Amino acid sequence: MSLKDKLVSSFMAFENNVDVEHPVHEVRVDALKNFENKGFPSKKEEAWKYTSLKSLEKIDFSIFPKEKNTLEYKDVKEYFINEIDTYKIVFIDGIFSSYLSETTHDGVDICLMSSALSKPMYKQIIEVYFNKIASKDDSLTTLNTAFSKEGAYIYIPKNKMPKKPIEIIHFATGNEASLMLQPRNLVVVEENAEVQILERHQSLTSNEVLTNCVTEIFAADSAIVDYYKIQNDAENASLIDNTYVNQKNKSVVNVHTFSFGGKLTRNNLNFFQNGEYMDSVMKGVTILGAKQHVDHHTLVHHIEPNCESHQDYKGIFAENSTGVFNGKIIVDKIAQKTNAFQQNNNILISDKATINTKPQLEIFADDVKCSHGCTIGQLDEDAMFYLQSRGIPQKEARALLMYAFANNVLASVRIPELKIRINKLIANKLGVNLGFDI
Amino acid sequence: MLQIKNLHASVEDKEILKGINLEVKPGEVHAIMGPNGSGKSTLSSVIAGKEEFEVTEGQVILEGEDLEDVSPEERAHKGIFLSFQYPVEIPGVSVTNFMKTAINEGRKAKGLEDMPANEMLKLIREKSEMLEIDRKFLSRSLNEGFSGGEKKRNEIFQMAMLEPKVAILDETDSGLDIDALRIVSNGVNKLRSKDNAVIVITHYQRLLEYIVPDFVHVLHNGKIVKSGGKELALELEEKGYDWLKNEATV
Repeated sequence: MSLKDKLVSSFMAFENNVDVEHPVHEVRVDALKNFENKGFPSKKEEAWKYTSLKSLEKIDFSIFPKEKNTLEYKDVKEYFINEIDTYKIVFIDGIFSSYLSETTHDGVDICLMSSALSKPMYKQIIEVYFNKIASKDDSLTTLNTAFSKEGAYIYIPKNKMPKKPIEIIHFATGNEASLMLQPRNLVVVEENAEVQILERHQSLTSNEVLTNCVTEIFAADSAIVDYYKIQNDAENASLIDNTYVNQKNKSVVNVHTFSFGGKLTRNNLNFFQNGEYMDSVMKGVTILGAKQHVDHHTLVHHIEPNCESHQDYKGIFAENSTGVFNGKIIVDKIAQKTNAFQQNNNILISDKATINTKPQLEIFADDVKCSHGCTIGQLDEDAMFYLQSRGIPQKEARALLMYAFANNVLASVRIPELKIRINKLIANKLGVNLGFDI
Repeated sequence: MLQIKNLHASVEDKEILKGINLEVKPGEVHAIMGPNGSGKSTLSSVIAGKEEFEVTEGQVILEGEDLEDVSPEERAHKGIFLSFQYPVEIPGVSVTNFMKTAINEGRKAKGLEDMPANEMLKLIREKSEMLEIDRKFLSRSLNEGFSGGEKKRNEIFQMAMLEPKVAILDETDSGLDIDALRIVSNGVNKLRSKDNAVIVITHYQRLLEYIVPDFVHVLHNGKIVKSGGKELALELEEKGYDWLKNEATV
């Protein structure tokens, strides 16, 4: 049975475990129809030209874990930003782990999607926001919507800010030979409220894992959202991440994506600017080796005037790794005074590594500033000579320069401990001891 | 200490150095002056081992050892230091961390352990005070957003930390105001000893009022066309380079 057929036929079993009377269930049923019609995207589609899901479709994934698994904190501590105190929403093989989590209802709601989708007190918020910006057309998004049941639910009321950052972590134990996960997150940040969120998907063995995740983020007037995606997963873990952001007047949403691990990663990051004087920031560092593949597809839709968007993606590709960057910017006719900037710089350090990079600008307004630039290159010879002339050998000099190249993107990371973590990950990934503590 | 014998060097088949001879003894300061395009910066890069330049003839000898096929990092370990005219910006790597890396790589090459942290800190403090460098400056990313003066002061700070045998200062005076020039020159003068040597490469005489040379050489069209004492620098300041160009053609 194909993975598509298996998923479609699992839906009945899924229905036994959710409230089919809840209005959300109608949304699920419609979404399943869309997925059933479309199936998995193929390389014939322009947006999937360089990323093939074929080999993943051949794997016999379990759609639901057979049993509830547990983990000891000491065994997974390293995957948390354990230097600082955080709220934690933790899942093990798709099932919430109250033991590893720290949720709250103290002025803000940092809890579970399953509660939000079933308890009456959340009904109104769910009605207003759930599946309102996630695509009803994209097959993978609708696949997730059809099976949406669990994930993180974060609601920050007007003028509030949680006391500490929030970590959303999905562990896969590997107790299943191969497991498919479909988390669904909803983040609503009301007027003048602020939140910092870290998200990570972590497989603990080399067994196959496929995660198809959807996150909807709503930032009301003057809201500030910092979202950090840490993608440093195990060798046989693949991730399709679909993030949809809806912004209103004067809001700022920053999404940082750090892609170092995993087998296949596809990031679909979509921003809709429904208001004026706002800023959408997308930053990414990608460092790959072996046969790893990471595909960043970004979309910024400038719908109203006087807004900005900033994209800065850096990639370093070694061995047989492949990268894709496709950045689409749409500026509507009325969206005058838009400032949209996009940068994608890449370094290939192997003859066998590949990057496909494409800016896609659709500009219908005439008074706008839009710039885009992509570069693919090697390291600067003068910089190499400078470092060598200080006694730093070629190999270390090269690592230091790559570190500096990638590090540039980190200036906007506002959690210092996270910045240190990412710095260390970058240094490790480059395989060289830089000779100092970062 | 450093001998340059009939040095010819080219880049992309274009000969830039056309037979340079120079002998620098311990304790000496040599100034190399000359108009733009005379080969001053090429000479400094070739001594430091930049691979872009091909040495077609002649030798660079440090303490009796021919430096042919010696990499830039090995030259640094052997005691050559080049202060760059345009230091490169390295975002995300602080001045302190960069110096730790450079020093420990040098020690590794000599088979030594990393310098203990407290010793390193002491050394950094001592040398930064000498160059009137603020503590905050040391935690900034190397050369990123530095003013011209800060970049040059940082180059001399690195020289102070690495304690080279032969230091080449390539246009260290360019972009410096008078205060920065004084601080940088004082630093260089304090680092001078009977065991090391300094080669000052400059277009103007101004720096040589602060770092007084024992010898002044004029480079023109890839050759040293005149050598003399410090008074030669003054003469050049007064008359410009044209009379030498003519003299060289004659």
